[in-house]
Amino acid sequence: MSNDPIHQFHIVNLFPVEIGGVDFSFTNSSLFMVATVAVTTVFLMMATGGRGLVPSRWQSVAEMSYEFVANMLRSSAGTDGMRFFPFVFSIFMFVLVGNLFGMFPYFFTITSHIIVTFALAMLVILTVVVYGVMRHGFHFLNLFVPAGIPAILLPLVVLIEIISFLSRPVSLSVRLFANMLAGHITLKVFAGFVASLGSLGALGVAGAVLPLAMTVGLTALEFLVAFLQAYVFAVLTCMYLNDAIHPGH
Amino acid sequence: MAQAQETQTNETSAGHGATTAHTEVPHDGGHAQTMFPPFNGETFPSQLLWLAITFGAFYYMMSKMALPRIGGILEDRRDRIASDIAEAGRLKQETEVAIASYEQALAEARQKAGGIAQATRDKLAGETEAKRAAVEKDLNAKLEEAEKRISGIKEAALADVGEIANEATNALVESLLGKAPTKTETSKAVSASMS
Repeated sequence: MSNDPIHQFHIVNLFPVEIGGVDFSFTNSSLFMVATVAVTTVFLMMATGGRGLVPSRWQSVAEMSYEFVANMLRSSAGTDGMRFFPFVFSIFMFVLVGNLFGMFPYFFTITSHIIVTFALAMLVILTVVVYGVMRHGFHFLNLFVPAGIPAILLPLVVLIEIISFLSRPVSLSVRLFANMLAGHITLKVFAGFVASLGSLGALGVAGAVLPLAMTVGLTALEFLVAFLQAYVFAVLTCMYLNDAIHPGH
Repeated sequence: MAQAQETQTNETSAGHGATTAHTEVPHDGGHAQTMFPPFNGETFPSQLLWLAITFGAFYYMMSKMALPRIGGILEDRRDRIASDIAEAGRLKQETEVAIASYEQALAEARQKAGGIAQATRDKLAGETEAKRAAVEKDLNAKLEEAEKRISGIKEAALADVGEIANEATNALVESLLGKAPTKTETSKAVSASMS
């Protein structure tokens, strides 16, 4: 069982909760969601507790994350987009810390479940739609009508735009989910090679060096992917929010 | 080396086979919920609920506590830097004014010093000139007096020359003729021959 690469994605009930016949148990996934939120919040609050004019190391990490997301949002959605800054920052930090938590052995990766990433993606898309309609009303539909298209091509282009808009939550959620899932499975498989080869005697131990080196390399790669996917998720969120703010592109 | 490599790969593929065989056993013969966990719909309500609770709380804490605080810190720093730069600019301007007034004072002092030096030079030159003129005048006067004395002496000497000539003539004539002529005769003859 310890070699099963899928085992790490199992959801285990820690504290059963049932409301109206639906299972809302507090699971290992819930635990890591709580841990992600708690650790991030406590870190940010503690790091900035000194309110130093000259930042300490931790405080500059907190400030860097703030300015990183702020610049990302400002460059893709403009100054108007800054009203969504807490939202984008929360999404980025939640996904980033959730991904990084998954890098600890025996820890659960909350973003390796499609329902979580899909819920976050839907939250983004619904925010875009609700804010776009609230702010621009009917003109929000201009999003599907790019300027300067010949009338003959227009139905086709509008159809393509609508399909691309509808596929956004899917691509946004599947990208993050698949990256985390595949990365963790690969890591587990190569680490499993090390264990099973190591049990085959002296030759096996010698042979296990290769997958071990691979595991080390993959671990580094997974840290990169953990950051990169959080960044990609946040950047796409910024770009979609830009559509809500300026629909006529 | 190549040999070792080959054995290694063989070992690896053997290990691979062993692993898959190993993993597939619980999969096939496992319990009913061996469904791929991320696609197991039974866990969705719980995940959604806890995601909503945790992410909602996270959003609230970020937007109400953490981000305003970090934003405030950055704002304070920006303000402080701006005010420090403004202060530095003000001090620089003051320094420039001080330098300008110093340079003006220096230029004035230099001009004044030049004036004083020129005046002193002029005064000294005037005094020297006056002294020189006085000395020259004095010298001229002395020169004139000396020349006058020389010419007096010369005249007197010349006059004496006549007397000596007379006497010498007298003596010559006396020794030649044995009889001295009269003074008047001699002087008449001498002055006649000298003129």
